[in-house]
Amino acid sequence: MDHDPLTTWFWQGAAEGVLLVQRCEECGHHQFYPRPFCLRCESDRVVPIEASGAGTLYSFTVVHVSTGLDVPPPYAVGLVTLDEGPRLLARLVGLDHTIGDRVTVRWRDGNPHPVFGPAARPASR
Amino acid sequence: MRSRPWDVYVTGVAETPLGEVTGQTELSMVALAAREALAEAGLGLKDVDGLFVNYLGEQGSVQVGEYLGIQPRYADSTDLGGAAFAAFVHHAMLAVAAGRCEVALVAYASRQRSRRVRRLGETPDPYTLIGQFQAPHGLPRPIGHYALIAARHMHVYGTRPEHLAEVAVAARRWARLNPKAWVRTPLSVDDVLTSRMISTPLHRLDCCLVTDGGGALVITGRAVASGAAKRPVRVLGAGESHTHWQISQMPDLTVSAGAVSGREAFAMAGIGPDDVDFTEPYDSFTITPLLAFEDLGFCGRGEGGEFVSGGRLGPGGELPSMTSGGGLSYNHPGALGVQLLVEAVRQIRGEAGERQVPRHRVGLVHAVGGCYSAASTVILAQD
Ligand SMILES: [Zn+2]
Repeated sequence: MDHDPLTTWFWQGAAEGVLLVQRCEECGHHQFYPRPFCLRCESDRVVPIEASGAGTLYSFTVVHVSTGLDVPPPYAVGLVTLDEGPRLLARLVGLDHTIGDRVTVRWRDGNPHPVFGPAARPASR
Repeated sequence: MRSRPWDVYVTGVAETPLGEVTGQTELSMVALAAREALAEAGLGLKDVDGLFVNYLGEQGSVQVGEYLGIQPRYADSTDLGGAAFAAFVHHAMLAVAAGRCEVALVAYASRQRSRRVRRLGETPDPYTLIGQFQAPHGLPRPIGHYALIAARHMHVYGTRPEHLAEVAVAARRWARLNPKAWVRTPLSVDDVLTSRMISTPLHRLDCCLVTDGGGALVITGRAVASGAAKRPVRVLGAGESHTHWQISQMPDLTVSAGAVSGREAFAMAGIGPDDVDFTEPYDSFTITPLLAFEDLGFCGRGEGGEFVSGGRLGPGGELPSMTSGGGLSYNHPGALGVQLLVEAVRQIRGEAGERQVPRHRVGLVHAVGGCYSAASTVILAQD
């Protein structure tokens, strides 16, 4: 199967548990998913940078039907607005969330897709 | 009546067979509806020189043209999902006004119920953006996307599940007056709220039907319209837009492409929401019309919940809407656009029987496609 050549670095980062987004060195704009240039100023000077992994839950839904995935329902899927600006769709840890919650990225063994959970309190790991 | 550059009319409409359709294909259903709509317009298939169709096989209008024996001089198979058909009216209006075709045929049919072709998942293809960044997360398509929109609206504006349920109840009250509606049993807010949860906050009864169906309409200029068997209905204005393909890229989940399609349609028509007697909003899910009323300016931002409540949309209400029973209770063949237009035309002509709205000078059709990705608006009026 063909792979998307513009997202190779994203998936390489994900495999190592690092969340990468594009940053424009010209105007400072962050964008996700990757494009060949900055959508705000059209500069070519876009580079992958490590996102903080922190964000705010913009919306979420608890899915009660099977979509043919490995995970049986119910499970939560949400939109997270990263502190850097871009918004992404991801599975959430657990079912009990509130829009506006602070969340951070998590990684699961053998799964390349980032998930988000409640922002870690200082003592937890 | 003042002549405008877009002096264009809907001169014939028809539904395909509806519900669970056997002994037909999508193409034969479209053929039947096209012949009936053209007869209302005082025309035949041989008169059609503009073809506006999609979702009936590869290459859009090409297969339909062959099936109907039409060689168009204007062909359009714009793909805006369920919003394509009101957009076709927009395009047909401009094509007819510019003299690029004289008789435009817009048509659609689906046997999605009988053929059981609906599925909720997406393909995790590593080449596509949807495959990489949306499909793997298990958001059911399209309901999960509308659920995210509804959840955000509830969070920002305090919209409640009861408000959403009001939309389903209004649609059902209309369906009870439509002999062609798929479901005609009484429905209460409580019934909606206690139906099975699918994707929070949307229940089973917040979702549209899955049925077979479709329809056709004929659009012509003034001269051709004068030969119609039924009273022509004028196209006053139209607009279209789209905002995103992946739900993560929708700029604001509480503002849809309808804000642009509505603004454009009203500007072209030279009227505002207060001039509209009734509406046919695409009710794919209960949140869809609720948000549309805000986007179109029928109420303020965040006021959609209150606006759809208190019987305003139902029979006898201030703004009759979904008057066929809509996608929620009348029929939903995957794309309801053509049938929204058919219903609006019949209401304006005053031939809607038991469900006829009392004031029917101006009707607004608002269609939505994809995962609230695209929207198109058409304003129709008595001549
Ligand atoms: Zn830039």
